[in-house]
Amino acid sequence: METHPVPTPAEAEIAERIGSAARERTPLSIQGNATKAGMLRPVQAARTISTAGYSGISLYAPKELIISAHAGTPLPEIEAALAEQGQHLIAEPADLSAILGASDKPQTIGGVVAANLSGPRRVASGATRDHVMGVRVVTGAGELIHSGGRVLKNVTGLDLCKLLTGSHGTLGVITEVTLKVLPAPEASATLILPKLPPDAAIRALSLALGSPFGVSGAAWVPSLPGSGVPAALLRIEDFTASVSYRIERLRGLLDVAAAEIVADDASRALWRAVRDATLLPVGADDAVWRVSVRPSAGAEVLRAMEDACGARGFLDWGGGLVWLAAPASTQAHAAVEAAARRSGGVWTLMRAPVALRGAVDVVPPEVPALARITARVKAAMDPAGILNPGRIFAGV
Amino acid sequence: MIPLPAPKQDVLQRRAAIVAGLRDLLPESGLISEPNRLKPYETDGLSAYRMPPMAVALPETTEQVAAVLRFCSRNGVRVVPRGAGTSLSGGALPMEDSVVVGLMRMNRILDIDYADRCATVQAGVTNIGVTNAVSANGFFYAPDPSSQLACMIGGNVNMNSGGAHCLKYGVTANNLLGLKIVTIDGDILDIGGHHLDAAGYDWLGLLTGSEGMLAVVTEVTVRILRAPEGARAMLAAFASNEVAGACVDSIISSGIIPVALEFMDRPAIHACEAFAHAGYPLDAEAMLIIEVEGSTAEQDDLLGRLSAICNRHDPISLKVSQSAEESLAIWKGRKGAFGAIGRISPDYLCMDGTIPTSQLPLVLRRIGEMSAGYGLGVANIFHAGDGNLHPLIMFDANDPASFHKAETFGADILRLCVEVGGCLTGEHGVGVEKRDLMPVQFAPHELAQQRRIKSAFDPDWLLNPSKVFPLVGPAAGPVLSMAAE
Ligand SMILES: Cc1cc2nc3c(=O)[nH]c(=O)nc-3n(C[C@H](O)[C@H](O)[C@H](O)COP(=O)(O)OP(=O)(O)OC[C@H]3O[C@@H](n4cnc5c(N)ncnc54)[C@H](O)[C@@H]3O)c2cc1C
Repeated sequence: METHPVPTPAEAEIAERIGSAARERTPLSIQGNATKAGMLRPVQAARTISTAGYSGISLYAPKELIISAHAGTPLPEIEAALAEQGQHLIAEPADLSAILGASDKPQTIGGVVAANLSGPRRVASGATRDHVMGVRVVTGAGELIHSGGRVLKNVTGLDLCKLLTGSHGTLGVITEVTLKVLPAPEASATLILPKLPPDAAIRALSLALGSPFGVSGAAWVPSLPGSGVPAALLRIEDFTASVSYRIERLRGLLDVAAAEIVADDASRALWRAVRDATLLPVGADDAVWRVSVRPSAGAEVLRAMEDACGARGFLDWGGGLVWLAAPASTQAHAAVEAAARRSGGVWTLMRAPVALRGAVDVVPPEVPALARITARVKAAMDPAGILNPGRIFAGV
Repeated sequence: MIPLPAPKQDVLQRRAAIVAGLRDLLPESGLISEPNRLKPYETDGLSAYRMPPMAVALPETTEQVAAVLRFCSRNGVRVVPRGAGTSLSGGALPMEDSVVVGLMRMNRILDIDYADRCATVQAGVTNIGVTNAVSANGFFYAPDPSSQLACMIGGNVNMNSGGAHCLKYGVTANNLLGLKIVTIDGDILDIGGHHLDAAGYDWLGLLTGSEGMLAVVTEVTVRILRAPEGARAMLAAFASNEVAGACVDSIISSGIIPVALEFMDRPAIHACEAFAHAGYPLDAEAMLIIEVEGSTAEQDDLLGRLSAICNRHDPISLKVSQSAEESLAIWKGRKGAFGAIGRISPDYLCMDGTIPTSQLPLVLRRIGEMSAGYGLGVANIFHAGDGNLHPLIMFDANDPASFHKAETFGADILRLCVEVGGCLTGEHGVGVEKRDLMPVQFAPHELAQQRRIKSAFDPDWLLNPSKVFPLVGPAAGPVLSMAAE
């Protein structure tokens, strides 16, 4: 078996185009189907390299819990192939079209990995970055490299899989990813604790997440679909008998008289809404942020943002992920920064008009000593500085 | 023997001044330089390799670590970070011209937060120390390397260590939230924190498993989990490796992911049974230990399903534990495996490749053939759920030829792992041991790329150089040129 990567024709073409852009120092916009173009900083580029045409599942070994796909493979195609074998993507990546605008094209797996998108199960089973077992990448020098592989445990050399995941196309063009997958649970149910304000909800979520019952989703929504009341949501996914048992034990632990239970399809629909942030009321002129904080600080961030600019929001990850929407302005963004900083957390600007995205820190700036390392790592991966320049940090 | 780089003569010549300079930066008794007291630091878990360092610094605070690194950086002195020194790949092996920075005095638990399910500890806290600090409240720290009584969190982070339960709970990388690190320039940086996802680059992910080559870790914030209601194990024995392998496939296909799924071959079963008297079936060619968690009813349900699956593969014997004591007995042999092999053969090499699980029968057959060819015994222990194989190669350290054969045999096994689609190391790291095999898995330009990342953190290659990347060969060039950049 060939262990050193030999470029496929599609990879060779990408490498060739990047190589020549590097020689000319021509900035490139790197994308799949560009469904996430509206987040982070706008990129000024002369040309675009899209991986969308490089599609297809290249390896699927269900018994080894491994799937590999070319970067342009539509996410729904991967989800369908897994579902056929009763498996699923562990981190349940979101479909953000409610936030970023509907696209006629689906998001690609390369984009999901490049953005490290993870849904509600993050709190229990890790982020997308935790399940990227291997990547093939064309660097900014136009060289194809690989990191990791197609096995579940691998510490050979520096873990460039993690460096590339979430790097938004600024360090290399991901051409193929290999992900760990798991059997999809037989059953799913949600315990709904209605009429809880955010801080009480977080205390309940925290108690549940600190229980032995394997909670795989812990959210708070201001307005439950149907009843319109604020509610805390707790999800259990497992074999049917376990789900019933654990939901009952949780109900006992939390001792909320009015708790309701929804099962299977209704439960799945609810968590899809949390995952995709469709529960967030977003006005046409709104910006959207995600703030990642210690879970117990989630309510404080919500409150601060409501006070500062009437922002609306909901909580996932037990309170540790705050989704926020407010009219786009530098003042609102400054309020997000302040709220995240006070809680020792971080923010990501998920959506805003180009002018705002170009004017503010879309993620927290790094301290100078770290920024120096970042600049050197960027130069090591992309010596000509042509890959999605400025997408995360100005000048990087 | 794997060569180490030539020491920097100018550094050796300045030894006295360097030692004196370091002594000024550290508390009383925080610097060791007497040859007899350097002895305990001259090797790690790969004990065939030994080299006393110039000095050992034992800082007690992050600021002292920073002062030491700044001093070393200004004076061009190489630094080898060290936790407990249990690395099996020679990751903590000193170099003659190096200063070992030992983190063992930084052994305090700084903060435990049950509401947010995390704990912040200094790098020198042992792995079990974290669990011990939270177990009274029903919590634990999930990654559980067999060395957990000794090995330290800073070492775990730098090796991205795994354990018997990582099939369910993941390895170190999956259980971290934040780090405090010191760069070779002496800058103190906070990476991550108490939140789940980084915004910007995943430095936490890159630093994890970086084998002491990028920075020195002084504090770690880990996730802590509530312990399950209970756990129970079962044991299934089979007439061949093929059948046991097929049974593993059936288990994974059934949708059950056990917390642990361990595979032992015939030599491993015999060695462990002779040592631990765990009641292992001596007529079996292969044996699985399977553990599940949950309430008693959930355990019963899962063990029932697993027994049914095993029964479809004609087991020689099947034992489902009925109590915590019986589970302990089932684990006793496996947990004592190193001691058991050590009794048969005072010297052994513990290898650590990963393979696609479907390749197990082929790989075990080929290892058997190699064992006959080299005339050295081997016992195989395998984390079957994730494909991480630990062949234990037995040799006689008093006979250099035997040691040489063992190393060559081990390298052949690792080449085979890569050939069948796996990798050189699943959890023990590259260190010096597998350094020269890296070109089997990576092309020269890929190694050059990884080296450039190291250079971005450590431009002069002072932090644990001579590990992970080959010193010679076509890919070695960039080290020197980049160091000059
Ligand atoms: C009997 C035995 C059983 C084992 N079982 C397992 C197992 O089940 N799973 C497993 O994964 N491993 C296992 N190991 C290997 C070893 O225990 C792990 O690699 C462990 O994480 C090393 O921790 P340590 O504190 O001993 O680190 P050391 O051996 O001291 O160092 C390991 C590496 O990390 C670097 N380092 C250490 N501390 C720091 C720091 N603070 N900052 C920067 N760099 C640092 C060192 O330079 C070195 O490269 C076993 C070893 C033995 C001897």
